[in-house]
Amino acid sequence: MLTLVLLLLPLISSAITLLFRGSTAKYFALLSAISNLIITVLAYFVFINTDLKGEETQNIFVFNHEWISSPKINFHIAMDGISYLMVFLTNLLLPLIILSGFKREINRSHIFYSLILFMQFALLGVFVSFDGILYYLFWELALIPIYFISLNWGDKNRVSVTIKFFIYTLAGSLLMLFGFICLYWYNPTHSFDWNDLTKFQVLSTHQGLIFWLFFVAYAIKIPIIPFHTWQPNTYQSAPTQGTMLLSGIMLKMGTYSLIRWLLPIVPTAVTEWTPLAIALCVAGIVYASVIAIMQTDLKKLLAYSSIAHVGLIAAGIFAWNIQGIQGSLIQMLAHGINVIGLFYCADIIFNRTQSNNINGLGGIRLTAPKFATYFLIIILGSIALPLTNGFIGEFLLLYGLFEYNTWLAIFGGLTIILGAVYMLRMYQKVALGNSLDANMKFEDVKGTEEIVLLTICILIFAFGVFPKPTLELVEPIAQFITDKAILK
Amino acid sequence: MSNNNYIALIPLLPFASFVLLGLFGKKYFNKLSGIIGTTSLLASCVLSLYAAYTYFFVFGKVNAVYQKFEVLKFSWLQFSTTTSIDMGLLLDPISMMMVVVVTFVSLMVHIFSLGYMKGEERFATYYAFLSLFTFSMLGLVLSTNIFQIYIFWELVGVSSYLLIGFYFTKASAIAASKKAFVVTRFADLGFLIGILILGFHAETLDFNTLISTLTNPQSAQFLSITSASFFGITALTWALVLVFIGGAGKSAMFPLHIWLPDAMEGPTPVSALIHAATMVVAGVFLVARLFPVFALDVTALDAVTYTGLISAVIAAIIACTQTDIKRVLAYSTMSQIGFMMFALGISKIGGEEGLGYMASMFHLFTHAFFKSLLFLGAGAVIHLVHSNEMKDMGGLRKLMPITHITFLIACLAISGIPPFAGFFSKEEILLAASNSNKLVFYVALITSALTAFYMFRLYFSIFWNKESQAHSEHGEGTLTMKIPLIILGICTLAVGFVPFSELVTNNGIGFHSHIDYLFSITPVTLSLISIFVASVLYKKQNLEPEIISKSLGKFYTSAQKKFFVDEVYLFITHKFIYTLIAKPTAWFDKNIVDGLMNLMAETTAKISELIKGVQSGKVQNYALYFFAGIAALAILFIYILK
Repeated sequence: MLTLVLLLLPLISSAITLLFRGSTAKYFALLSAISNLIITVLAYFVFINTDLKGEETQNIFVFNHEWISSPKINFHIAMDGISYLMVFLTNLLLPLIILSGFKREINRSHIFYSLILFMQFALLGVFVSFDGILYYLFWELALIPIYFISLNWGDKNRVSVTIKFFIYTLAGSLLMLFGFICLYWYNPTHSFDWNDLTKFQVLSTHQGLIFWLFFVAYAIKIPIIPFHTWQPNTYQSAPTQGTMLLSGIMLKMGTYSLIRWLLPIVPTAVTEWTPLAIALCVAGIVYASVIAIMQTDLKKLLAYSSIAHVGLIAAGIFAWNIQGIQGSLIQMLAHGINVIGLFYCADIIFNRTQSNNINGLGGIRLTAPKFATYFLIIILGSIALPLTNGFIGEFLLLYGLFEYNTWLAIFGGLTIILGAVYMLRMYQKVALGNSLDANMKFEDVKGTEEIVLLTICILIFAFGVFPKPTLELVEPIAQFITDKAILK
Repeated sequence: MSNNNYIALIPLLPFASFVLLGLFGKKYFNKLSGIIGTTSLLASCVLSLYAAYTYFFVFGKVNAVYQKFEVLKFSWLQFSTTTSIDMGLLLDPISMMMVVVVTFVSLMVHIFSLGYMKGEERFATYYAFLSLFTFSMLGLVLSTNIFQIYIFWELVGVSSYLLIGFYFTKASAIAASKKAFVVTRFADLGFLIGILILGFHAETLDFNTLISTLTNPQSAQFLSITSASFFGITALTWALVLVFIGGAGKSAMFPLHIWLPDAMEGPTPVSALIHAATMVVAGVFLVARLFPVFALDVTALDAVTYTGLISAVIAAIIACTQTDIKRVLAYSTMSQIGFMMFALGISKIGGEEGLGYMASMFHLFTHAFFKSLLFLGAGAVIHLVHSNEMKDMGGLRKLMPITHITFLIACLAISGIPPFAGFFSKEEILLAASNSNKLVFYVALITSALTAFYMFRLYFSIFWNKESQAHSEHGEGTLTMKIPLIILGICTLAVGFVPFSELVTNNGIGFHSHIDYLFSITPVTLSLISIFVASVLYKKQNLEPEIISKSLGKFYTSAQKKFFVDEVYLFITHKFIYTLIAKPTAWFDKNIVDGLMNLMAETTAKISELIKGVQSGKVQNYALYFFAGIAALAILFIYILK
């Protein structure tokens, strides 16, 4: 039941938000997001007191109701460790995303916030669905609000960029739908239910086709090279809140789905195709990092750095051992927090200077020491400094990769050097040195801006210093997924 | 060992001061922050002296062997059923020795900075960073496992980054800070992969367990790590060499040393603490920490020996040609760390057999005192003349008598003149070298003579040479600047007499070492000759040095240009990686990968343009297509995909 409450609260709030005008809408949206977060945190205490093991943890918050009898489609929502982690990520970031818009002028803000809450509903739906078709519906539903957010509140290039993004991801989703139909067809139980699909696998001769249909859909969403070209432009053109939703949460739909809907469902095909998939992921890490070094646009640099980071996450998933899976889950949470922090910093800089050009900035630390410090902490988190949230995940991912193949760990490990290179180079040019424009006085952060950045920094250290609870939370289900690899 | 819990306070006090000063210092008590930082460090230093005293003389020895104690150990995270990562404090001879060195030198630097950094707007930030560094360094030396050491290793790197770039509007300072971070990170990748190999094969990251399982030739872990190989080299060798690369990066060993001279852009007391006495010896400490494992593998030990030796020589040659006094000291640091490294490399396990190990640690210990003294003295000089260049100095002995005397003591110590501290430790290193490897011994002997030469070149250029042009408005500096110089000067006279070999050895069993005076004659004479040559050349202003440097021609200029290592790096990073890799990749991404997708989209648009006639608007036509489509799908599913 609790899952249902978590899911429906944003939907209802989204509708109510439309009734408000002016600043009431944003306060209401914030209230709704915070309430949902509180419920999520309370659910954690139920989680840690459970005796259920492995995949049974999903029975804690299950809600399973028949929806369509033939073909059998159930309204089956539940939460196990990994679902909970993603729900937590979504509900944790949402208040921050909403708050980040408080100081910006947003036209027709009631629609804007309503769309954000609707987006939350759809994202949560993706993470809690245990029925394939229900999952697919939420997956597509998530595309709609972000499409309108980008289209209406983006920058001057928004139209062409948004259409490209929409068509690109939609094409991927359709492949996935076809994949589900095939699954239904070939599966002996003729079911879309996750538990059936993982228990009774389709014949290995049919797995290859389904693997590719799913893989391309996820590869576009994550994105894994060469399916990433929609992403830098979209991140650049979308409004900051849209970029935060996309990079912080939406791309985790892809990595989450790899763990939930790909590995345990077509394990034989995954094993067969892993060398190629993992090579793409690891190549993407180096490829995107190298391009990031070249970037002069702050948002594009962050976009490419994000491709590099999620490349490592996806590689860890395909390594398919306990360290890889756990590392990827921890890193999803960490990346979500860090990336919205980075994009918010870029937004603050753009808001003050009307510029995203790294070479044209400088000296921010002179007049805005607080902002410069927060920015540095977030950067250190994203280059995986120990005792920040990025570290344990990255270490486990590299450990997982190392167990799979030494060379991949070495190439994947390059991210710790390249990440430091482009991030520190960017920070040096943007924040340090003297200001190029002597008249410009960069105003330091205060009010809601500071609340958002401070919260993000606290989260960075909290998850970095105390990684144990997160690991323990995902451990049972990560073990379940890993066992599937051993059984094959 | 519950009565040892207070040891946790040693790192935690600086941490508390970091948090306090970092969060509130600037706003509420900027002026007081120096006092706060210094007081907390004083407490930490007193505690560590007490801890070291009780360890070495009260409870550390059981049956004549120094024990290893683990205090306050807890499981930080468990990432598989077999491997857990702990945090805790490891007490053994080298960690206790390092704790004393770190807190003591840090305290001196804290006191010195009270005067040196006076009037600095970001006084609180400075002290916060110093405290952060001290905390991280203490965490590093007290680590119980290799993962914990890596965590603090990186934190030390960040504090160093923050302090080198302290003057963040100075372009050279921020470039240097980034360079230091990136170069050491590069080395840390090696370290990390080394950790992965060790963790994977040994199934533990804990130092004690790691050492005890790997030194047991019958253990499954030992068999696993020695039988696995990569490119024909065993996993054990790989792991150790990679870990050593991490250490070489931090300790500025050739060819990863390029960040150290640039790091001198930081405030001078910071150079004394981080880039002379403590952080840069972390690599030596790491090898010493894992020494029983290193001792299993000849290749790894050779790598340590020759890297150390090459660094020692090259740095000494470069130091002879530099004109920036801090850079001379930086290269001398690199050279001295080279001594410590090769001393480890030629060592064996066991009390007297492990003379190299003992000598290395001893030299680390004495070097911390006289090198921080040299840097603080240089700081006082720079404070007075507002320049780093030798040409702006000269004749300062009358203006700054205390700095002069203490600097001279330190120069004599580093040159290995008895009875100063450096003599004792360097003699042990040379003795160990002469016992085990003659090549190393002769090269070390020459380097040692070079050391005396460049140090006295520095000394005479600063305090003698031409008459002083500087006029001192504030005298030699505040009392807080003089006191640390005097204390460190006394220490430099005294610490050589510490019976080090009875306290710190690699198997915990002390032995009695004595100076072999007959052996000492050669190195001491060589050093004295070098000092004499330096005095001839630099005591009075003359043209000789220039004539000599001209006659050395190409060799001199390339040494002055630091053997072009920086240029090679620039070539690789800028020309090669940037122009030949990054630029084409970005072009490829924009035009080929994205271009292909756009081409697909355009083709689709063109095709739809061609077939748009199909959209006739006639419902009968649509129905026909509909049924045709269904039929096609049905055929597909029933006959083909079945």
